[in-house]
Amino acid sequence: MSGFALVFHQLRYDQKSFWRNPASVFFTVMFPVLLLVIFALVFSGQTVDVGAGIDVDAYYVPAIITLAVISATMQSLAMSLTIAREDGRLKRGRGTPMPSWVFIAGRIGNAIVVSVLMLVLIAAIGEIAFGVGIPWSRLPEILLTLALGAASFCCLGVALTAAIPSEDAAAPIANFVLLPLYFLSGIFIPEDQIPAGVLAFADVFPVRHFFEAFFSVYEPVSSGGGGMEWGNLAIVVAWGGVGLLLALRYFRWTPKDG
Amino acid sequence: MPEPVISISGLCKSYGDCEAVRGIDLEVERGEVFAFLGPNGAGKTTTVEIMEGFRTRSAGEVSVLGEDPGMAGRSWRERVGFVLQQSKPDAYLTVREALSLYAGYYEAPRPIDDTIELIGLTEAADQRARRLSGGQQRRLDVGLALIGDPELLFLDEPTTGFDPSARRQFWRVLESLRDLGKTIFLTTHYMDEAQELAGRVAIIARGEIVAQGTPAGLVDRDRAPALIRFRLPSGIAASELPGEAAAAEGADGDGGASFHTTAPVRALNDLTGWALERGLELDELEVRRPSLEDVYLELTGESSDGSA
Repeated sequence: MSGFALVFHQLRYDQKSFWRNPASVFFTVMFPVLLLVIFALVFSGQTVDVGAGIDVDAYYVPAIITLAVISATMQSLAMSLTIAREDGRLKRGRGTPMPSWVFIAGRIGNAIVVSVLMLVLIAAIGEIAFGVGIPWSRLPEILLTLALGAASFCCLGVALTAAIPSEDAAAPIANFVLLPLYFLSGIFIPEDQIPAGVLAFADVFPVRHFFEAFFSVYEPVSSGGGGMEWGNLAIVVAWGGVGLLLALRYFRWTPKDG
Repeated sequence: MPEPVISISGLCKSYGDCEAVRGIDLEVERGEVFAFLGPNGAGKTTTVEIMEGFRTRSAGEVSVLGEDPGMAGRSWRERVGFVLQQSKPDAYLTVREALSLYAGYYEAPRPIDDTIELIGLTEAADQRARRLSGGQQRRLDVGLALIGDPELLFLDEPTTGFDPSARRQFWRVLESLRDLGKTIFLTTHYMDEAQELAGRVAIIARGEIVAQGTPAGLVDRDRAPALIRFRLPSGIAASELPGEAAAAEGADGDGGASFHTTAPVRALNDLTGWALERGLELDELEVRRPSLEDVYLELTGESSDGSA
């Protein structure tokens, strides 16, 4: 098989494995949906002071899509690649004629498929349950922002595996890195309630920039604002580039304990 | 003369000050089942992983299927299969799916159903790997190693942790592979496994090969004498016994005695003749042929049981 055919072959089986694993289905697919519903109910009727002021539901839909994409890419890859490494599957795969990048490409393909699905799922729930209109006229911008963000966070996820010593440490380390950033970046708490200093700190990291870029393309077109945020996106991609370099330098194919 | 499948000379591997492998030479012929024996930490896995191309070597020549595994590419990988000491198949794929996934990596894979039958997992073909027993998972691992239809198979301690019946089932699988003409390089620390399956054996200890040959050939060596064991008649000291038996040592406090001899027929004749003359009985008299295990324990310097 050619390289691309092999990637699709690998992706098919990665998809099967992903959907059969209750942990990945819950944390990557169900959890963001649950968060959206909880936040929309808890903060129901409030307005978030962003631009001209925006309904809280319209704030949380892009926020949770941002979270879902990061979870499907960075978090999910960091965990599944660490498990595959510690189980000896990465090493085993290297012993086959398959080029080793195919294995990673399959997992990245899996992350992108799940990201797009989460976009559709959260956007649909947002529109149907909370009346947050999907800005169809900005579909190309939405997809482009999502693609660049997903690719960047995939690189960060692969890089993060190098810092994870064992299967058991995968979830705690990924959560330790991401959970505080979700809070500080305005994904869990509306950003008008976060002190400016905290937001400035969050601005060092890619989560907030990706959120801002995605929020901007997902904002209701009627608000008059929004559109592509190249500056924020560039910072996200720069982080992804750093992740890629770290991954190329430090990624391990063999179990850490053997 | 056909080229050997594996040919190694002067192989060394050091990690810092530690010399894990210190000058190994060995050759494995086509169609042979070769067992590589040694205690944990003797250098078995290091040597195998150099042959598989997973580790670099510090010195020496290594040729596997005519190529240097350190430089070998895709076409070489098509011809080699291996089972790592530790690896688990994807928990959420079935036996059939895991094999289909791996089959896609190769140019000319073996038929899936055929392979499932060969590894004895026909009944479990549609079960997910997480539902398989340890022995079944290991057999699936062998299936993954076989799916590319390799000429040469490396198995690194494939039956560690198996119960006796799982081990026997696994041996049947390896026997079928041998019958297919595959060359098999097996590392193990189970003597019975080597004796049952291997045509030739090499014993490694502290990074060096200390013996090499057929299992029977190793056992027949002078260094592994027979053991004669019996209970001393009451009131008789070992020094009163005739011939070699005079050197017998008590294994325990209540009259048990044993000695090693390279001429068991003569020693036994001396001992029993002596006892007959005096009308004495030698309780619990037994002659034990040395086993591969005795040879192994002696060569590797591992502690052995009190009788040796």
